Amino acid sequence: MIVNEEFRQFLESVRFVYGYDFTEYAEASVVRRIRAFMESNKVGSLKDLGIMVLKDETAFEHFIQEITVNVTEMFRDPLFYKSLRKNVVNRLATYPFIKVWIAGCSTGEEVYSLAILFREEGLLDRTVIYATDINQDALQKAKEGICSIQSMKNYTENYLKAGGKNSFSDYYKAKYNSVLWDKSLRQNIVFSVHNLAMDKSFNEFQLILCRNVLIYFNQSLQSKVITLFYESLCPFGFLGLGNKESLLFAEKQRSFEEIDKKEKIFMKVK
Amino acid sequence: MQINNAYDAIVIGTSAGGLYALMHILQQLPADYPVPVIVVQHRSKDERALLEEVLQQKCDIRIKQADEKEPIQPGIVYFAPPDYHLLIESNGTFSLSFDAPVNYARPSIDVLFETAAEVFKQRLLGIILTGANSDGASGIKKISLLGGATIAQQPETADYPEMPRAAINTGYVQHILDPDAIGDFLLHPENKNDGKTG
Repeated sequence: MIVNEEFRQFLESVRFVYGYDFTEYAEASVVRRIRAFMESNKVGSLKDLGIMVLKDETAFEHFIQEITVNVTEMFRDPLFYKSLRKNVVNRLATYPFIKVWIAGCSTGEEVYSLAILFREEGLLDRTVIYATDINQDALQKAKEGICSIQSMKNYTENYLKAGGKNSFSDYYKAKYNSVLWDKSLRQNIVFSVHNLAMDKSFNEFQLILCRNVLIYFNQSLQSKVITLFYESLCPFGFLGLGNKESLLFAEKQRSFEEIDKKEKIFMKVK
Repeated sequence: MQINNAYDAIVIGTSAGGLYALMHILQQLPADYPVPVIVVQHRSKDERALLEEVLQQKCDIRIKQADEKEPIQPGIVYFAPPDYHLLIESNGTFSLSFDAPVNYARPSIDVLFETAAEVFKQRLLGIILTGANSDGASGIKKISLLGGATIAQQPETADYPEMPRAAINTGYVQHILDPDAIGDFLLHPENKNDGKTG
């Protein structure tokens, strides 16, 4: 629960007025983000912020887009992807049709990374990737599939460390200061808005990735979200979390088996 | 031995040259040192736990990387993991974030210091050691404004003096000490409660 009384009241009001629930987020991070928003928008106090966003839906939209955006990169933690290739791909290959959920996909880098990996492993044509995020602006960027050319050196290194089989430049076209991901990667990707703190399961998946999202939630919300993933996985479906995340606080902890302890890949076993 | 009971937590921030300075200071702490020590050392994102392993070989006190939601305990020196910010929650646990770098750094010293200051207030000691940038300066200011104590490594004794100097230039550093004296301060803070020494 949010302990800081002023912030708690503000977030309760946001929930009451707009239905967005941040009261079970990790307090230090959410407070930091709200303060950063106040500073960049020259809002002097939480009271002023309340007046600004609770009465003006456009202002609230702007606020919500700024405080919920997560940072991401292509093939972040390359060893995670290497482990997916080694430990998960062969089992997914036994399904005639594969459904993947990338929860909290932000601007889409992880989605395109997985699409590239699936293309190289011959799975992409029979896969649908559902990529969801709470943040509409981020999703829009994800759909456009554009990223800055400055990141490409780092991304190419990540791709190679992740066990990439081709030349990374096969997957994008560079134009001016941007690169555009190969359109054919996007054919089987569905982008949509989903709020992990509020929304329900919407399908059954063989693989769910949710990386560096749970760190922003408190223990109780983490547990609820893991239950949501549990309900959304087929028997023996796989769950991939961020490098520093775990099932430690999840009620469903015992329903999963560790496939790769270091890379945080789990399988639903019961 | 008189042991430090003036603080609920000690936060340390360092960058270039930090390994040697940290080793010097942490070696002096006994295994049952009663105050949790929390460190941000700027480090490569590709490194996973080498820093902790190297320091553990030289220190009696337990050294570990801070985990998500882990309760903060005495007798342990915690390090921020590579490529994550480390934050302190008001219930005395850690949280991590992958938010954009602050002062070009992730983990950022300011992020740790500012969240620690809000939780521990006057029961916090913040220390800035060697480094070639100015991360931690705003954090030092916030610790001091909320009643905590602050130390900077004496710039002449730092491999890279920019970071302690930036902290000192805020005007919120109460003690300017060399690494030996910092170790001594951690063990006997009551000897130094006479205010500014620099």
